[in-house]
Amino acid sequence: MLVLIILILATSFVLYTVLGGADFGAGIIETFAGKREERTISRAIAPVWEANHVWLILAVVILFTAFPLVYSSLSLVLHIPLMLVLIGIIFRGSAFTFRHYDIGHGRSHRYYSFLFKASSFITPMFLGITLGAMILGRVTFDQSVGFYNMFIAPWLNVFCFMMGVFSTCLFAYIAAVFLISEAVTKIERKMYVRLSIKSMAATMTTGIFVFLAAQWEGHNLMPEFFNSPLSIACMAIVAVSVPLILHFIHTRNDFFLRLSIAIQVTAILIGWFAIQYPVMIHVQNGQHLTFLNTQAPAATLKQLLIALIVGLILVIPAFVFLFRVFKVKE
Amino acid sequence: MDDLVAARLQMAMSLGFHIVFSCIGMTMPVLMAFSEWRWLRTGKQVYLDVTKAWSKGVAIFFAVGAVSGTVLSFELGLLWPEFMKHAGPIIGMPFSWEGTAFFVEAIALGIFLYGWNRLNKWVHWMSGVVVGISGVLSGIFVVAANSWMNSPTGFDWVNGKAENIDPVKAMFNDAWLSQSIHMVLAAFVATSFAVAGVHAYLLLKNRANTFHHEAVRTALIFGAVAAILQPFSGDFSAKDVAKRQPAKMAAMEALYKTSKPASLVIGGLPNDKEQRVDYAIHVPKLLSFLAHGDFNAEVTGLDQIPVDERPPVLIPHIAFQIMVACGTLLAMAGIMYLLFSWKWQHILFKKWWLTFIAFTTPLGFIAVEAGWTVTEVGRQPWIIYGVMRTKDAVSSMPGLQYSFFLITAVYVLLTFILVWLMRRQINTLPQFYETAKP
Repeated sequence: MLVLIILILATSFVLYTVLGGADFGAGIIETFAGKREERTISRAIAPVWEANHVWLILAVVILFTAFPLVYSSLSLVLHIPLMLVLIGIIFRGSAFTFRHYDIGHGRSHRYYSFLFKASSFITPMFLGITLGAMILGRVTFDQSVGFYNMFIAPWLNVFCFMMGVFSTCLFAYIAAVFLISEAVTKIERKMYVRLSIKSMAATMTTGIFVFLAAQWEGHNLMPEFFNSPLSIACMAIVAVSVPLILHFIHTRNDFFLRLSIAIQVTAILIGWFAIQYPVMIHVQNGQHLTFLNTQAPAATLKQLLIALIVGLILVIPAFVFLFRVFKVKE
Repeated sequence: MDDLVAARLQMAMSLGFHIVFSCIGMTMPVLMAFSEWRWLRTGKQVYLDVTKAWSKGVAIFFAVGAVSGTVLSFELGLLWPEFMKHAGPIIGMPFSWEGTAFFVEAIALGIFLYGWNRLNKWVHWMSGVVVGISGVLSGIFVVAANSWMNSPTGFDWVNGKAENIDPVKAMFNDAWLSQSIHMVLAAFVATSFAVAGVHAYLLLKNRANTFHHEAVRTALIFGAVAAILQPFSGDFSAKDVAKRQPAKMAAMEALYKTSKPASLVIGGLPNDKEQRVDYAIHVPKLLSFLAHGDFNAEVTGLDQIPVDERPPVLIPHIAFQIMVACGTLLAMAGIMYLLFSWKWQHILFKKWWLTFIAFTTPLGFIAVEAGWTVTEVGRQPWIIYGVMRTKDAVSSMPGLQYSFFLITAVYVLLTFILVWLMRRQINTLPQFYETAKP
């Protein structure tokens, strides 16, 4: 039962990263694209971003129902970065919608665009920082260490910062690749291809920097990684999908292009889960919060699982239908 | 600012903000689906125009509702980690059902808003119906979670920990039904009258506009029925509260002393020091009847509640008066509307009637906010009634006021943009539909 719930939690997190990440990434890509691309981006994400966003809500609900201690500890210690994630979520969603529906095209339009783009950077950045803090293990629940050590030091460091930059690059990369098939003109398509390759390079580079930053902060991530066969396998998948993605860009095979980037991102996340599992939050004193020591009573897990299974039976066909209607070209 | 006060204000503001959008999200899909159905049946362009005009507004409100709801799902932990640590496994079930319902709602709304030219007409209409049903269901699930805080069941509280958790029992607690009915009806009253009010206001400028007439009519059908049913649901809720939460009842009625029979206090200013209500109208025996269905029943006053378990009186009492006043006025408007459209249709075009409906625009939402205040402030000092105090649930992070200031600034800004944007949307409407002749 617990394993199934963890699986659904991980799945919604992966789907949020791929789909929600692409929506945030679109705002980042827009910063580097022109005025004309703004329309393509608007059209591409308007019908789906709300549905994509719900994967995050689902993950949060699973977290506080099944692993209440993880949820409450996270929100206590990482209050500040999570608050900033939220600010990004609020402004991205509303500014995007305002821009999409406002009739005027004057100054207000520029303000919405600015808010939309700025918040598209903030959320991935602080989401990455939050995850970094969960990995690094500076989290403490000992109030006597003082405000800075309890509420700031766990996330304000080189490693977490690098995690933030990595997530931002990753989101931009997903978006750029997804946008290739949304392009209206040849020139536009070329631009997304260029941005895809650039952001792919940026993601890979910052990925290496994440490991270096971990080393810098005294957290030896490398051996953990090489001790897990699953992580190594995932890394291989990530590497193999690079030429595949380039190939599908070249042959204009939109479906397989999207599929291969989704697999690539999933592999990155599974590679991370594999070294982290079953720990959710690494704690300074070594008493890590894991799936096992924070799980809710069996009665709760059972009811949650029923709700999730019924929910997914309803949601998945609807979700597929949504994407068929809007993402398959006639 | 005290951290507890800051956290409570932030939560109150976030909920007060979100509740407006969730009411709209529950009601508008039903209104739009109804209007689209009439278009499908009659083929009259005006119904399609109404549906499409509404859908633009709904898209904007729904987006803000979705993000402000996300904020709440995080704030439960950011502000009340101690509460969520214990309550999460107990009320997680309604939240997970809510998640499902909201998911379906978001997907169906995407299809409804953007699928006009891509789908069969009836499939499109069905997507609207699905949005409506799942919207109402998600509202009910969230209220069920809240009602558990008022009527906590489905667990044993042993040494500061919840044991023997039964999530099903917790969800279907004693308060869930009365609270859910009251909230869903409130959403329909508030949204329908607000929509009707705006269109009535525009009709005052151009009274021959069929578009606005149809919009007012569609909205008021739902608004009137809900507004007439609401006092009955309110009575059901009040009797329930009197039984389960006598302290809340005493606070909202400003009943300082246990009385048999108890008179109903209308209006007035509760005076905690003197333990009486100044400037109020007292109706003998009525409270006994309203609370227990018997003119001579005893109603528990605050004197029966231990001093450290008493809720504040001033805020719940005044909020309750505001809610009842708005609700009563809207129920009367509802009766009048049904009466006029049955017998005296010409009145519906009269200036005074349209002015009156335009005046009712904010009343439903004022009632919603006031009612929410009654139930939340009236539960104090408890976060889980009788089990956990609000002050024991708050985050131990110092400086919560900065969180509060930040979120307040964001929501104030959003409110300004929204008002400005909606005004702009509405002002451009007549250009599109000017041609419509009655």
